[in-house]
Amino acid sequence: MAKIRIIPRLDIKGPNLVKGIHLEGLRVVGKPEIFARHYYEQGADELFFIDVVASLYERNSLDDIISNTAKEIFIPLTVGGGLRTLDDIRKVLRAGADKVSINTAALKNPNFISEAALKFGSSTIVVAIEAIKQPNGKYFAYTDNAREFTGVEVFEWAQKVVELGAGEICITSVDNEGTGIGFDTELIQGVSNLVNVPVIAHGGAGKKEDVLNLVNSVDVNAVAIASMFHYDYLNNGYNHDHIACEEGNLEFLSKKRKVNAFSVSSITDLKEYLKINNISIREINN
Amino acid sequence: MKQVAIIDYNLGNLFSVKNACSFLGMNVIVTSDPQDVVKAEAIILPGVGAFNEGMCNLDRLGLSEVIKSKVKNGTPLFGICLGLQMLFTDSYEFGHHKGLGLIEGSIAKFPNHNEGLKLSVPFIGWNTLSFPNTDLKSRSPLSEFNSSDSFYFVHSYYASPQNNSLILSNTTYNGFKYCSSIHDGNNIFATQFHPEKSGKLGISIYKKWAIENKLI
Repeated sequence: MAKIRIIPRLDIKGPNLVKGIHLEGLRVVGKPEIFARHYYEQGADELFFIDVVASLYERNSLDDIISNTAKEIFIPLTVGGGLRTLDDIRKVLRAGADKVSINTAALKNPNFISEAALKFGSSTIVVAIEAIKQPNGKYFAYTDNAREFTGVEVFEWAQKVVELGAGEICITSVDNEGTGIGFDTELIQGVSNLVNVPVIAHGGAGKKEDVLNLVNSVDVNAVAIASMFHYDYLNNGYNHDHIACEEGNLEFLSKKRKVNAFSVSSITDLKEYLKINNISIREINN
Repeated sequence: MKQVAIIDYNLGNLFSVKNACSFLGMNVIVTSDPQDVVKAEAIILPGVGAFNEGMCNLDRLGLSEVIKSKVKNGTPLFGICLGLQMLFTDSYEFGHHKGLGLIEGSIAKFPNHNEGLKLSVPFIGWNTLSFPNTDLKSRSPLSEFNSSDSFYFVHSYYASPQNNSLILSNTTYNGFKYCSSIHDGNNIFATQFHPEKSGKLGISIYKKWAIENKLI
C-alpha cells in the first residue's frame, strides 16, 4: 500500500493560526510559521494552509507566511482560501506553494478547474469540498467556509471535479470538523469510491484511534488534521509569547483551556501508533 | 563560486528548487536564456507538467541544443521529475513525442490497476527506493540511503531506460515497479521524485550532488 500522508492543516486569519468548530467561531492559536516549523521537524508529510476568511473579505494574506515557510521547510505546501483567478494561483505558486486548493471559485465557475489544471497541471490542483449532511441523508457542498449553501450534491460534484481535471480532492465533513468526534467515514468512502485521484480526509480527528479507524475502513491517501496537533503543541512546548495577533479572540489561549473531546497527539506519536498497527507511513530518521 | 543554471522553461514551480539550492549556499540562477546555460558550470532541469509542452518550450527558447551539447561535454546535470523524463528519447504522453534523447528509453503512463490494486493517478505521495546496482548507488548522491527512507513523488508517467545499468533506483507503487532515478555513472543524475520536497533527506541529495561537483 501507498503510505498514508499525515497533513497538518493550518487555518490562517490575517497573521494568525486560528481554529474553529464547524469551520466557524475562530480562535487564535498562535504564529503559523512556528507551528509549520514544528510540524516539519515532527515529520509532517505535507502542510495544508487555508486563508479562512479570504473568500469572505476577498483578500489573500497568506503570501508572506508561505514565502517565509518555503525558504526553510522542504515538504509540499498546499495553499487555499479565496483563490479566484489564474493570476491568484500563479501568485501563491510564486510565493512557494506546490499545490493550490480551490473551493468557492470552482463551485461558482466549474470551468475554473479545467483552466487551472490545463495551465498548472492537474497534480497542482486540489479541489476542496466542504460537505454538510442534510436531514434527508444527502451530502451537499458549501462554499465560503461552509457559510453558503450551493445546492450541489457532493458525490456528483466529486466526480465532476475529477472530470474537469482536479488532481486531488480534500473532503471536509463540516459536521465533524473541530469537534473531535471522529471522521465521517460514510462521506469519505463515498467520495473515494467514485474517483481515481488521491483523496485527503478532513474533519473530526479527535484521537489517534479515529485516524486508525479511518485508514483501516476507508480507501484514503491522506489525512488532514488540525485541532489534535495544534492542542498538542500548545500544551507541549509552544512558547505562548509568540502570538502575532492584531485581531482575534485570545481568551482561549490566555486561559490554556482544555478541549475535552480531544485526546491530543503529536505527529510523531500518531505515526508511531499507526506503524505498530501495520499502517504504512513515512518514517523520518533524522 | 561556480554558477548553477536552473532551467526555467515556463512550467511548474521552480521556487522550491531554487529555495533548496539557496538554503545550501549554491550560486544559482533561474534562467530561460541559452547564454546563461552556456556559461553555467552545472545544470538543474526541474519541472512539473506535460512532456510535450515542456519539450516545445525548451525548443522554442533555444535551450534543447545547448543543454544537449553541454551535457555531452561533461557538464553535470541534475534532472527532477519531468526533468528526468525529458532526458529520454521518446514519450507516449498524449501521443508520441521526442525528448532530449540523452538517455535511450521511453515514458509511459501508469496503469489504473495492477494485480487487483487500484493505482490513483497521478501518484501523489511518499515512497521508498530499492537499489538494483550497489556499485552505482555508492557512487551517487543517494549512496547513504536505505530501503526505509521515503521521498516525495508527484507523477502520472514513468520512465523505462533501455539500458538497465542506468537504473539507480526502482520504486514500487501498489505492486507496480518502475525506475525512480537514473545515473549514467558520469555526469547525468536524475530523480523522478522531488528531493526539494522530501524533507531533510531530500535536501541531503542536493548537498551531496553539490559537493561532488564542487558547487559549494
